[in-house]
Amino acid sequence: MTALLEVEDLRVSYGKIEAVKGISFRVDEGQVVTLIGTNGAGKTTTLRTLSGLLKPTGGRISFDGHPLAGVPAHKIVALGLAHSPEGRHIFPRLTITENLQLGAFLRNDKEGIARDIQRAYDLFPILGERRKQAAGTLSGGEQQMLAMGRALMSRPKLLMLDEPSMGLSPIMMQKIMETIAELRSTGTTILLVEQNAQAALSLADRGHVMEIGKVVLSGTGPDLLHDESVRKAYLGED
Amino acid sequence: MHELPQTLANGLLLGSMYGLIAIGYTMVYGIVQLINFAHGEVFMTGGFGALTAFLMLPSGVSLWLALPVMLLAAVLVSTSVAVLAERLAYRPLRGSSRLAPLITAIGLSIAIQQMVWAWYPDAKQARTFPHLPGGPYELGPVTVQTGDVFLVVAAVLSMLALMWFVRSTRTGRAMQATAQDPDTSRLMGINTDRIIVTAFAIGAAFAALAAVAHGLRYGQVDFRMGFITGLKAFTAAVLGGIGSIQGAMLGGLALGLAEALAAGYVKFLPGLELFGGGAWANVWAFVLLIVVLLIRPQGLFSKLTADRA
Ligand SMILES: Nc1ncnc2c1ncn2[C@@H]1O[C@H](COP(=O)(O)OP(=O)(O)OP(=O)(O)O)[C@@H](O)[C@H]1O
Ligand SMILES: [Mg+2]
Repeated sequence: MTALLEVEDLRVSYGKIEAVKGISFRVDEGQVVTLIGTNGAGKTTTLRTLSGLLKPTGGRISFDGHPLAGVPAHKIVALGLAHSPEGRHIFPRLTITENLQLGAFLRNDKEGIARDIQRAYDLFPILGERRKQAAGTLSGGEQQMLAMGRALMSRPKLLMLDEPSMGLSPIMMQKIMETIAELRSTGTTILLVEQNAQAALSLADRGHVMEIGKVVLSGTGPDLLHDESVRKAYLGED
Repeated sequence: MHELPQTLANGLLLGSMYGLIAIGYTMVYGIVQLINFAHGEVFMTGGFGALTAFLMLPSGVSLWLALPVMLLAAVLVSTSVAVLAERLAYRPLRGSSRLAPLITAIGLSIAIQQMVWAWYPDAKQARTFPHLPGGPYELGPVTVQTGDVFLVVAAVLSMLALMWFVRSTRTGRAMQATAQDPDTSRLMGINTDRIIVTAFAIGAAFAALAAVAHGLRYGQVDFRMGFITGLKAFTAAVLGGIGSIQGAMLGGLALGLAEALAAGYVKFLPGLELFGGGAWANVWAFVLLIVVLLIRPQGLFSKLTADRA
C-alpha cells in the first residue's frame, strides 16, 4: 500500500491557542479513514489545514508525493484533494447544476463534466429533479448530497468529508452512509470526520480518536468499534 | 412645468453617471464587504488620465478620434490606481477588523487627491476638458449634448456587457461564488485573490467611463470631483442594495432623478421655497440616503437575499 496522504506531527494554532497539537496519521490509496472525537477536538481544523484554508504552524503534510504546507487552497484542489466542508457550504444563490459545475471549476473537459453531473444525479436523484433550483432552497440532507456531489466533481484522489451526517434525520443519515460505502466500493479514497462514531467506524478501514488536539487512540475500524474506552466515550455505552 | 421632460432627462443622465460609478462600490462590497471610499478618487484619476491623453495627441485632431484614446487612458489610469490600492493598502488588511480598511480608504482618498493637486500640472484649479463636437440635439421637448449621447450609449452597452460577463463566463461564475462564500470558493479551485483584483479593476473601468462622460458634460476635471460624486455614487449603490449590480444602476438612476426633481421643484413646495435649486441638490440626495437607510436598509430594489451579484 502506498500512502496517498501522510501527516506528521501536524500543529495548527488560532492566534495563541493551539488547536491541533502534533498529530500523525496516514491514508492509503483505496482506504476509508475516519477521525472521530469530541466537540472541539480539532478534527475540522485538521481538514481545513489539509485543504489549505489554514496554515500549519508545524509538521509535515505530504499528498501524492507533494508537500502541502504553505500551498494555497486553490492549488491543492488541483492536486486531487477535495474537501466537503463542515456545515455543507453550498452556494445558496446558485442553482444545483451551477454548484456542481463549480466543483469542476479546474477541469475543462466539457463532456466529462456533463457526464459527471449526470452521475451525481444518478447518485442523488433528488438533485436531478431540482437541478434548476437555487441550492439554498434545498433541505439540509439534500444540501449535504449536493456538497458531496460537488466535491466529487473535481474527480479527487482523496475526498475529505467533514460531518456529512450532521443535523440529518436517521433516514437521510442512512442514505449518506450508504453513499459513502458505495464510493468506497468504487475505490474512492476517503478521509471521513464524523460525530456518529458507530456509523463511521463500521465503514472505516482505520480510525483515529482525537481529543483536545491530539490523537489518543488509533486502530482498524472493527478494533475501535470493540474498544472498551471508545464504546464508553463515543458510542454511548457504559 | 414645461421643463419637466428636460428635468427628467437631466436626472437620468446624472443617474447613469452615478450608476456607472456605483458599480465599483457594489462589486467590491459584494465580494470583500469593503466600502472602498477611495473609489471616488479612482473616478477622478480616470478623468485626468483622459485629459493627459488628449493633451498628448497632436492639436487639432478630431475629437472622435481622440475619444477612444482618452477612454483607454482613463481606464488604464483608473484600473492601475484601483489595483495598486488593493494590493498595497487593502490586501494586507484582509482579515482584520472592518474599521481598519475603512480608515485606510479615507486616508488613501485624501492622499490621491493631494497627489493630483500637487503633481498634476495646473491642477490647483479645475482644468478644461474637451467638448465633443456636434449637437445640441432637440429630441422633442428635450435638448441633449453629444457627450450626453455618449454617456447613455456607454452606460447601456457596458451594463449589458457586465451582466453577460457575470452570468456567462467562468470568471463571472467564480465572482458569484466568491461573493457568496469565499472559503468554499477556494476549495473549488478558485483563486479568490485574483477574483478580488478583477472586481476592483472592473469597478475602476466603469468609473473611468463615468469620468470621461463627466468631463465631456461639465467641460472640466478637478482634483476634488471624486469626493461628492463618489459619495453620491455610494449612495446610489446603497439605494439599489449594495452588492447588487442591477441595483447599482437602478439606484443611480433613482438618485439622479430625485436630485434633478428636487433641484427643479422643491422650491414650489410650501414652506420649502428656500431649499430648492441646484445648491440644495446634494442635501436632498443625502436626505434620501438617510431615509432609505432608516426604512429600507437593504436598498430600494433588493430582496435582501435574492439576486445579488
Ligand atoms: N476560527 C477559530 N478561531 C479560534 N478558535 C477556533 C476557531 N475555530 C476553531 N477553534 C477552536 O479550535 C478547537 C478545535 O476546533 P475544531 O472546529 O477543529 O473542532 P472539531 O473537532 O471539528 O469539533 P466539532 O466536532 O464540534 O466540529 C476548538 O477549541 C475551537 O474552539
Ligand atoms: Mg468540526
